Amino acid sequence: MRSAAHPGSASLSGDRSLLGWTSLLVLSLILICVAIVSVTQGASDLSAVRLLSFLSSWITDQNEGMSRRDAIILFDIRLPRLALGLLVGAALATSGACLQGLFRNPLADPGIIGISAGATLAAILAIVLGNSLFAPLEAFLGLYMLPVFAFFGSLIATITLYTIATHRGQTSVATMLLAGIALAAILGAGAGILTYLSDDQQLRDLTFWSMGGLGGATWGKVFTCLPFIALSLFAIPFFAKGLNALLLGDHQARHMGIDVQTLKRSLVLCIALAVGAAVSVSGTIGFLGIIVPHILRLVIGPDHRFLLPASALLGAIILVLADMIARTIVAPAELPIGIIMSALGGPFFLWLLLKNRQVLAL
Amino acid sequence: MTTEIILENISLTLGSKRVLKPLDLSLRSSDLTILVGPNGAGKSSLLKLICGDHQPDQGRILFDQIALPHWPLDKLARRRAVMTQSSEIAFPFTVLEVVRMGANLQAVDAHDADRRAMLALEAVDMERLAGQRFQALSGGEQQRVQLARTLAQVWSPCHEGQANFLLLDEPISNLDIRHQIELLQLAKDYTKSGGGCLAVLHDLNIASMFADRLLVMQQGQIVGDGPPNEILTNDLIAQIFGIRLQVNRPPGCPIPYILPQTFFDAAEPQHMSNPS
Repeated sequence: MRSAAHPGSASLSGDRSLLGWTSLLVLSLILICVAIVSVTQGASDLSAVRLLSFLSSWITDQNEGMSRRDAIILFDIRLPRLALGLLVGAALATSGACLQGLFRNPLADPGIIGISAGATLAAILAIVLGNSLFAPLEAFLGLYMLPVFAFFGSLIATITLYTIATHRGQTSVATMLLAGIALAAILGAGAGILTYLSDDQQLRDLTFWSMGGLGGATWGKVFTCLPFIALSLFAIPFFAKGLNALLLGDHQARHMGIDVQTLKRSLVLCIALAVGAAVSVSGTIGFLGIIVPHILRLVIGPDHRFLLPASALLGAIILVLADMIARTIVAPAELPIGIIMSALGGPFFLWLLLKNRQVLAL
Repeated sequence: MTTEIILENISLTLGSKRVLKPLDLSLRSSDLTILVGPNGAGKSSLLKLICGDHQPDQGRILFDQIALPHWPLDKLARRRAVMTQSSEIAFPFTVLEVVRMGANLQAVDAHDADRRAMLALEAVDMERLAGQRFQALSGGEQQRVQLARTLAQVWSPCHEGQANFLLLDEPISNLDIRHQIELLQLAKDYTKSGGGCLAVLHDLNIASMFADRLLVMQQGQIVGDGPPNEILTNDLIAQIFGIRLQVNRPPGCPIPYILPQTFFDAAEPQHMSNPS
């Protein structure tokens, strides 16, 4: 009785709107705190006190300023990394929540069912063949070559998976998971072949995809993925009511006035945009899309009007925290964040599988 | 003014099976129309055609004089609500949240949606369980919640002279006898106030109690159409269900009733055989 038993949720029994709004507020506050802490933690010392005193002097226009070293650490290293963490975390968690609504089950995650693998393969294609086969495209797309390729990669993977797993409007969980594994394997093989073809420089560029991380974050990267992720995050809340209705079934949603085909297509596009952009700047970071919405559903329920924005906030919080661990735990070196997320997310996924054993009926 | 759902010469094939043979049908608001027939007769398929879940091979379906494909989905959803047989919900919504999804279509704001959802829950006697998780309910309770959601979607039977419709596919299959009768009474009142309702039922006695118009289907055709006391006969039941049952007509009572005891004469012991 985890959900209905929250007596303080509202005056009306069964209404969790107040809980939803409160959670959004609390998550926003936590996000601000985590962001401040995150820019003050790292191999170099830039304390929160110094940061705050700098900020206050900047606001009150007393031109004390910070040292040039501090400014570089803050503006060129930590802030872009924070921004990238926020964007990628929000993108992955929100697209996980959307994907689970679309497939009507809580085990869908872009990293697990091959959607990130589609983006990865396409990104590798762009890197390895960027200055040969796709040279004209690269000249045209420039910096956006990677996210655009990754977008199409994840789009094709999502559509393929949905087509395989859905029969007459019913999505089979077992088929989806197994097809996702097969898809990820096929795409991984493609990525492997391309890796063989790559030269030393390309190989170095490729290595980070196998682990995933926010290392090497620059404002350039932030602004490369920003338009894709922002567009997707802006559009997704408009589908909240449709996603809720979709949980009753395709037909039922249509009876309630939802244009199901358009809704699904728009969702697939948004998911591909967000996942593609996230993968193109940070590689594969798994499990965020499954952990975040699941925790939130336990607390505020599955209403997508609250679940989607709350997923964005909590996704950003967890990724920024994980990144903080990644770059402080073995400082001055750093762990790839993908490893941390897998270490946390793998057991969580297994627990979820066990909990849903009857539902799966594999 | 009555609103009508009109089916003009429609037929339906699913896969290679002819599910519905060409038929014409007109459903009036203010009538509680109940569709009965044996398993596989095409009752649910007919209802799904009217909901727009299936596309007919030929012919067209008019709702309030406009062909179904020309209705914008959201406008149509405010005029007719559908309750299907499946009541699975993938994630742990509360009862109130489920019903509110239906109420949202008519509500002006969140507060209004809550109010409408609670009204619908009271109508199906489920208001005390509004805070429960839908998945934790029994089959019958889930069915009542789904009915409340359907009702909340088109709460007023009639709006500015235009009737709204309820389309219900076996809405009482999991309910106890009290709730079966209460919910059919709800549908009856809905039509008495000017709304329309088409329900697929299996229980001939409940159908006979409440139907203004009984439609009897067999093998994709409508083989009986009229008030229950006119069309429910021993012969019709023997013909469509392949079993001889006694239709009783107590004197002075307009409602025929059927007891599930077969009567068969000594010469004809194979009461399970199909006379056709």
